Amino acid sequence: MDRLPPWVDVVLIPIISLILAFLISGLVIIGIKEDPVEAMRTMVQGALGSSYGWGYTLYYATNFMFTGLAVSVAFRASLFNIGGEGQAMMGGLGVALACLFIPWPHWSFALVGATLSGAAFGALWAAIPAYLQAKKGSHIVITTIMFNFIAASVLNYVLVNQLRPQGSMDPASGRFPDTVALPNLGDILGLVGIPFSRSTPANITLFVALIACVAVWLLIFRSRLGYQIRAFGKSEPATVYAGISPVKITMLTMLISGGLAGMMAINNVMGEAERLVLNAVEGAGFIGIAVALMGRNHPFGVFIAALLFGFLYQGGAELGLWTSIPIELRIVVQALVILFTGALDNMVRMGVEAIYTRFRKAPPEVIKAAEAAE
Amino acid sequence: MTSIQKILGATAVLALSAGTALADPAVVFDLGGKFDKSFNESAFNGAERWATETGGSYRELEMQSEAQREQALRRLAESGSNPIVMTGFAFSSVLEEVAPDYPDTKFAIVDGFVDAPNVRTILFSEHEGSYLVGMMAAMASETGTVGFVGGMDIPLIRKFACGYAQGVQAVNGDATIIANMTGTTPAAWNDPVKGGELAKSQMSQGADVIYAAAGGTGIGVLQAAADEGKLSIGVDSNQNYLHPGSVLTSMLKRVDNAVYEAFTAGTELETGIVTMDLASGGVGYAVDENNAELVTAEMQAAVDAAAEQIASGALTVHDYTSDDSCPALTF
Repeated sequence: MDRLPPWVDVVLIPIISLILAFLISGLVIIGIKEDPVEAMRTMVQGALGSSYGWGYTLYYATNFMFTGLAVSVAFRASLFNIGGEGQAMMGGLGVALACLFIPWPHWSFALVGATLSGAAFGALWAAIPAYLQAKKGSHIVITTIMFNFIAASVLNYVLVNQLRPQGSMDPASGRFPDTVALPNLGDILGLVGIPFSRSTPANITLFVALIACVAVWLLIFRSRLGYQIRAFGKSEPATVYAGISPVKITMLTMLISGGLAGMMAINNVMGEAERLVLNAVEGAGFIGIAVALMGRNHPFGVFIAALLFGFLYQGGAELGLWTSIPIELRIVVQALVILFTGALDNMVRMGVEAIYTRFRKAPPEVIKAAEAAE
Repeated sequence: MTSIQKILGATAVLALSAGTALADPAVVFDLGGKFDKSFNESAFNGAERWATETGGSYRELEMQSEAQREQALRRLAESGSNPIVMTGFAFSSVLEEVAPDYPDTKFAIVDGFVDAPNVRTILFSEHEGSYLVGMMAAMASETGTVGFVGGMDIPLIRKFACGYAQGVQAVNGDATIIANMTGTTPAAWNDPVKGGELAKSQMSQGADVIYAAAGGTGIGVLQAAADEGKLSIGVDSNQNYLHPGSVLTSMLKRVDNAVYEAFTAGTELETGIVTMDLASGGVGYAVDENNAELVTAEMQAAVDAAAEQIASGALTVHDYTSDDSCPALTF
């Protein structure tokens, strides 16, 4: 079979898959006797139609970038880390402890400190399943998902019994001091003269997430460790033969993965809530799996997929808030997007390949041009 | 691009404000949903009662994520809803920030605590109502063992459990109280299967009356008790009708009254702290045709006497949240 040019592979096929997913979602909406055009308009308007909508979309996307990167790094080593949820919860605890108990002079110091603390807590939480996998052969899928529940219980204990201010009903920590409040996107874009809503939770963490995308790309494709991770993911016996320690790679990969998941907490805990609540992660750890799947485990793909899921989240929320279309429809759209871009990817690919081959055979000068371009 | 965005945003706000008549009230339901047959549904019933009696209309929103809380409050306030009533303590911290930005809008929060000039804080004395149903549980129990199934392990639910345990012990000092919490995540509010399993486990340990303070999870507790011919106690709304003859009573938390009063007061809503206790009819227990046979005259007399004493202040039920401890139960 002829190889498809990269732009077809990474741009055209996902877009066709997305269009199919949205078409079927439209049929579902017609099936529940609602107007699909109105629904789409509400979603696009609500998520992208104002700087306010963008703020929420980018806020959710920032969460998904971190968890998506976390899953994709582990995937590169053939480790299926579905513990992003728990690692992000523990990251939240790390961020909260750093913000509550260290008197930071300025938010920039606090951002660095909280990032390190959150990453350390997330990494630590991933380290235990990683150790069990590397040394004892306990399957990482089982252990990481179980650690999600343990993290929820730990967080509950700490919040109800330790961090909760006396007399407060809410199982949440006290509010962080004002000095650690992160500048939000409105403030930052205001500096360069771009007007942007200030009442959205999007904050400077977005840029940290973008830096993380670049850093992960450098790590995976431009570093010795990244090469070892990818080699380990392709074939464990080959890496052992090449003198790479599986234990070391498993541990390091999971530490990085857990650390990335933990860093999500600077967005939702430090940037948005400015206190630690029980329900801070809200499934972003699991969305991260879909984001990594859709983004082909590539940092740039994760970035795009995170934006898409941010759009679905915010647009879906607008559906739930302002129309009679039930919020559950968001989950239907998400599921269809995952189904088409992840699971049924080959269906679209084969169709596109067939059309592409026919197209190639017709005009020879196009082939020449394409070959010259390569 | 940005100017287009601004225009679009402005039209969206215009469209929203055009859709609402001036000063319609609004109610915001917490995670868990409007139809939880319990806490949120009670608030919904209050709003509906106001709507049918006055013919007015109101706006309602259901939360789907934590980040939406602020979004929802701001959008409602900006679109002119007044007063805005919200259910659940989780709104406290958000409302603290939002309320000062809209000084002309009145807010009311159920279960939370916000100290602002335009906020009405509505607190319920759940421990008093739980005390009464605890007494009834102890009197109805033949085994001397009663159960409690809570939702999430949070102070509010411990307040329910603690009041209940005190009521049980007031009737039968030797009674065994088995208390379990369903979980540590918000899923614990809506897990009837696990609620049923906990109830079965408590019944196998001898419990023959089980009090569920667990939102939607309680449905499973009531079902399990009905299946095994044991008694259960519902919560928040009157749940006696769910299994007639098996639900001993329901601890009523009149969130509906709180919402109804706030809606009726409209923009003239008085702010400050309002405690809905036994004396003011904010909490209580339910007797109707579905459980009339279960509640004996002796039981009713004892409970009414205790209710009178609590209302007059002669009897004090310890509130767990006042000092984070419970004399009758350890967690």
